[in-house]
Amino acid sequence: MKPNTPIERLFNGIVKENPTLVIILGMCPTLAVTTSAMNGIGMGLSTTAVLALANLFISLLRKIIPDEVRIPAFIVVIASFVTMVDMLMDAYTPDLYKQLGIYIPLIVVNCIIFGRAEAYASKNGPIESLFDGIGMGLGFTCSITVIGFIREFIGAGSVFGHQIGNLPDYMPSIFVMAPGAFMVLATLIVIRANIINHIEAKKGCRLPVEHTDEPGAQCSGCAFIGSCAGKFAKYEAEFKEGKKS
Amino acid sequence: MNSQSSIIYIMVFSILINNVVLSQFLGICPFLGVSNKVETAAGMGGAVIFVITIASAIAAVIYQFILEPFGLSYLNTIVFILVIAALVQLVEMFLKKSIPSLYKALGVYLPLITTNCAVLGVVLLNVQNGFNILQSIVNGFATACGFAISLIIMAGLREKMEYNDIAKPVKGMPFTMFTASLMAIAFCGFAVLK
Repeated sequence: MKPNTPIERLFNGIVKENPTLVIILGMCPTLAVTTSAMNGIGMGLSTTAVLALANLFISLLRKIIPDEVRIPAFIVVIASFVTMVDMLMDAYTPDLYKQLGIYIPLIVVNCIIFGRAEAYASKNGPIESLFDGIGMGLGFTCSITVIGFIREFIGAGSVFGHQIGNLPDYMPSIFVMAPGAFMVLATLIVIRANIINHIEAKKGCRLPVEHTDEPGAQCSGCAFIGSCAGKFAKYEAEFKEGKKS
Repeated sequence: MNSQSSIIYIMVFSILINNVVLSQFLGICPFLGVSNKVETAAGMGGAVIFVITIASAIAAVIYQFILEPFGLSYLNTIVFILVIAALVQLVEMFLKKSIPSLYKALGVYLPLITTNCAVLGVVLLNVQNGFNILQSIVNGFATACGFAISLIIMAGLREKMEYNDIAKPVKGMPFTMFTASLMAIAFCGFAVLK
């Protein structure tokens, strides 16, 4: 597949660099709103909308925004779109809005959006950036819907809000509570990583992402992960030595 | 409920019952990212306590005196994120100039805090819960303490885990998450304090 075509971007976002399971970005909404599959879809699609529009606009503005003030400029663009999505959801899907609550305005600080703006949209044309945003957003939607589906089924015994017989009485409700979120996500990452390792070992090539053996252990606290990839550890060491003051 | 007991209630509620990391899932990224060593975790925890306390004070003042009287509360998100970003920059410059020892201890973590969702989350929750300025500051401080506590516990566990023999497929991030899951079960126990 040729790089930087719309279809390649979609495939890249959904499969190759799936933000949740491969790059381990955007953990807060992934864990917090996945108590049911519907919540996952709602959160995923609203994030996709913000991601696609923010990517498009940042890409259009990339030659106008001076390099020194790009971070505040990106933040303003992203925050404006988040506010729009927030108000639209309040007006048209009030139930979902109440369920997701504070996590809608918190899309602003979702590392995926900032990471894509910094790593992709500020360097590429508007069409590719738009599709990159949609691809990443759909990748995020898929993985959080799957997590939500698993947690809802195991924890509450229902599928997309429909209860199955008297199954709910027998299910361990800990899966819809906080500990279950970590457990399900960890299991999915293990499964995903092992499938990839298996396929890659057969093909005899390396993983597509830089964060191989311990994904993002050093730098998942940072929104600049897309453009930095582990430079933080180096920066930290230099800071300790007193080189960087 | 008089004001003192409600402030104590806010403290206990935010530190233990509704722990910011383990039951609200805010600030997960630094929780997983910088919990390798107790020393680093303590530095990050200190920086977060410092920034969240100041940010919640400033945001509460801005909300009470500018946004609410003029009916601009729909601008919450944009204003708060910009205030936080500017604040982190200012704090960094101020510490560098006047308290170099504190800057040396916290400096490297400060730029990471801008995008820590716990900061924005606390500020938005303060507004949502209708806290006044004092309550906002107390809630900010308590939430940040809860963050620091869980981060340091996690770092202590991970330091010990370095020497354990862990199966290769779950090594690294997944194992850290399983540990976090067990910690979250423990923190569920505090719910009875409600």
